[in-house]
Amino acid sequence: MIDLVAFIPRAVGQSIPLLFGCTGEIITEKSGNLNLGIPGVMYVGGICGVIGAFAYEQATRNGEMVGVLAIGIPLLCSLLGSLLMGLLYCFLTVTLRANQNVTGLAMTTFGVGFGNFFGGSLIKLSGSDVPTIALSRTSAYFSKSLPFASNLGWFGKLFLSYGFLAYIAFIVAIYAGFALKKTRMGLHLRAVGENPATADAAGISVTAYKYIATCVGCMIAGLGGLYYVMDYASGIWSNDAFGDRGWLAIALVIFCIWKPGIGIIASILFGGLYIIYLYIPAGMDHMELKELYKVIPYVVTLIVLVVTSMRNKRDAQPPASLGLPYFREER
Amino acid sequence: MSENAVEYAIELKGITKRFGTVVANDNISMNVRKGEILALLGENGSGKTTLMNMISGIYYPDEGEVYINGRQVNITSPKIALELGIGMVHQHFKLVDVLTATENIILGLPGPLGIKEAQAKIREICDRYGFQVDVNKKVYEMTVSEKQTVEIVKVLYRGVDILILDEPTAVLTPQEAERLFRVMWRMRNDGKALIIITHKMHEVKEISDRVVVLRKGQYIGEMNTEDSDIQEMTNMMVGRSVTLNIERKTPENPAPKIVVENLTILDEEGVPKISDVSFTARTGEILGIAGISGSGQKELLEAIAGLQKVENGHIYYVEEDGSKTDLMNLSSRQIQQKGVALSFVPEDRLGMGLVASMNIAENMMIRSFRNGPIVEEGVERNKAEALQKIKRGLNPFTDRKSPRKLAETVVEELNVVTPSINTPVKNLSGGNVQKVLVGREIASKPKVLLTAYAVRGLDINSSYQIYELINKQKEEGTAVIYVGEDLDVLLELSDRIMVLCGGRVSGIIDGPGADKNEVGLMMTNAEGGKDEK
Repeated sequence: MIDLVAFIPRAVGQSIPLLFGCTGEIITEKSGNLNLGIPGVMYVGGICGVIGAFAYEQATRNGEMVGVLAIGIPLLCSLLGSLLMGLLYCFLTVTLRANQNVTGLAMTTFGVGFGNFFGGSLIKLSGSDVPTIALSRTSAYFSKSLPFASNLGWFGKLFLSYGFLAYIAFIVAIYAGFALKKTRMGLHLRAVGENPATADAAGISVTAYKYIATCVGCMIAGLGGLYYVMDYASGIWSNDAFGDRGWLAIALVIFCIWKPGIGIIASILFGGLYIIYLYIPAGMDHMELKELYKVIPYVVTLIVLVVTSMRNKRDAQPPASLGLPYFREER
Repeated sequence: MSENAVEYAIELKGITKRFGTVVANDNISMNVRKGEILALLGENGSGKTTLMNMISGIYYPDEGEVYINGRQVNITSPKIALELGIGMVHQHFKLVDVLTATENIILGLPGPLGIKEAQAKIREICDRYGFQVDVNKKVYEMTVSEKQTVEIVKVLYRGVDILILDEPTAVLTPQEAERLFRVMWRMRNDGKALIIITHKMHEVKEISDRVVVLRKGQYIGEMNTEDSDIQEMTNMMVGRSVTLNIERKTPENPAPKIVVENLTILDEEGVPKISDVSFTARTGEILGIAGISGSGQKELLEAIAGLQKVENGHIYYVEEDGSKTDLMNLSSRQIQQKGVALSFVPEDRLGMGLVASMNIAENMMIRSFRNGPIVEEGVERNKAEALQKIKRGLNPFTDRKSPRKLAETVVEELNVVTPSINTPVKNLSGGNVQKVLVGREIASKPKVLLTAYAVRGLDINSSYQIYELINKQKEEGTAVIYVGEDLDVLLELSDRIMVLCGGRVSGIIDGPGADKNEVGLMMTNAEGGKDEK
């Protein structure tokens, strides 16, 4: 019924931004910071990459692009942009101990606005007729897959047809899972998120862990935005196109009970749900059904939230101090 | 100067610490020698824990100097304290619930994870001092005593020379406390310096070499333990002469008030917390409940107060006319209106019954906010009063005056140390928080008073004030159920003692003439309960 060899690579492509966002948010939440600014951070990660790529494409308008720079400049811009967002969030919530929910929501609003503002400006600069900006030359570098992948039939299509950022997403998620479980650093990070007073008494710098985890988390999430523009959307930026993937990523964190390994499977599942409406034959008479199918990921998210909140196993709970500021001398 | 200073493990000079307007420590100077156990005494709110927190880097002093092994140091964080060889076992355990014993013990240390090596070293420490630790057990599955063992192993693992124990025996059985003392003596003989904070005077006498007394944040004096006695220490602590015995009057015409039959309570996972428990609480009598914490005391009291789902059995309330009402058919509010008051002091004190960020007067209102603004005295005796109460219940405005008055009374009568009744309770020291809670419950003039750990962490003077209050309730004919952890007191206070072990009754004995060791053994012997049945 559904052409799986065509469907799965699309689902995986959809899943990569979610996976970046989910991994980043898991690392952040493990430090006790509930960063609801992730959707905004992903926007900023995306638009900063676009700005970098645009600048480099303009500079090399008449010449050849160097591969390293074509990838390196947008990548660095993207990382820098999301790092600044992370620093801002940490400064507000850790140093000034502002409310995490309010800060996060404000950052999402800010990030989306930031993206649309610069997106709009670049569209004007490029003098394009349509409200999009196409960076297909840069995108070609980002979405380049292994040259022999297309010779390997369905195997190549399923496993080797993606750009390098997709593999980075998997590697980062797997390594994050390993680091949380098997390294001293991960142990300390979990302790900070569970019980900062205890971690503090054990000589762990709570502030440093919160800052670093949140900033690294933001940088990872920002790559999700970059992947979306450069690879998934073939280098075409249009305002608000990224949609609500950031929120889905946050919902995924709960779905995968703060385990990046489960996050990989969950994000592919959600990626599939996100586009399944394109693959369910509805016929020309019932186009309205297609619109209904688009609802599936959100319905599943709701169901998942209900189911996960009923689970009362201790190990499946969120970090105990999630969302709470820490102040050593508070009584 | 230097050769004089070196013999001290810790030397404090003029330490002052303020929290807002509250001066917690005022110009304190004291020292601790190597190879001695120092007991730090003081009433609740006298600043003992604050002072120790400054040595272990949790707080930073506003003024004063700290010398460790003769060298002036700046302990700005717990990490620096540990590097200086200072470890503290806190009253509220500093453990991460979802981590295992091993993970908690190595928390904060540098290097690769090395769980295997760590476990080997933990086993070595356990063998040397006679601890028992299940290295792979998660903390949330542990008993209080196991958690404490992990805490102590944690500091020993770091090879500390200075160990601070904040009320270590408050949650232990007598046998467990003895075991702890043996470890402490062994550490002292190793040349380590130990500081212990405890409110149990016989322990101070038994374990310490020297005693330092604080009162209201100030250094009062010190003495060698062997040259002093409990009475002298207490007087110094309180600042005046106090009498240290609990009066136990014979109950007058005790009549059944609460009858519990074959009560069984399951927890969320379906494990029995209370199995087949039957007993009777009588008016004018204190029924003491002994047991290791977590043996079902909390569930039992909550079931009587209507806060706990009961699997099986009955809880009867005997009315004035002798008829029985099954409390299980009533809501917790209806039970409360029958005059059943519950004051449960949890380990973290603020967990139940008080709202941390609200002030004392507002916390008094939690019991009375449904009442309209007419001053009420006592419980209604006749129809007219009952009618008035209904009218007041319909009034959309709440009564703020009488809770304020009650707050003032509690603060005054129980000597709560607070700047005013408008201070949020979270800014009070632990013991004072507790006085507010217990004071409020007793002030409601209950028919049945359920109280658990009423003196948990309270100093000796405040404890005796609470005992007096409870005794007064008993004399007025209230049926008192008293869950306690200090066996000595339980034995002195209770008319009858019911011993719980793992949710079963291992025996009900008369208070006068009960033997501490016998009760201690009953607390740990589940078989006894089964045999009796």
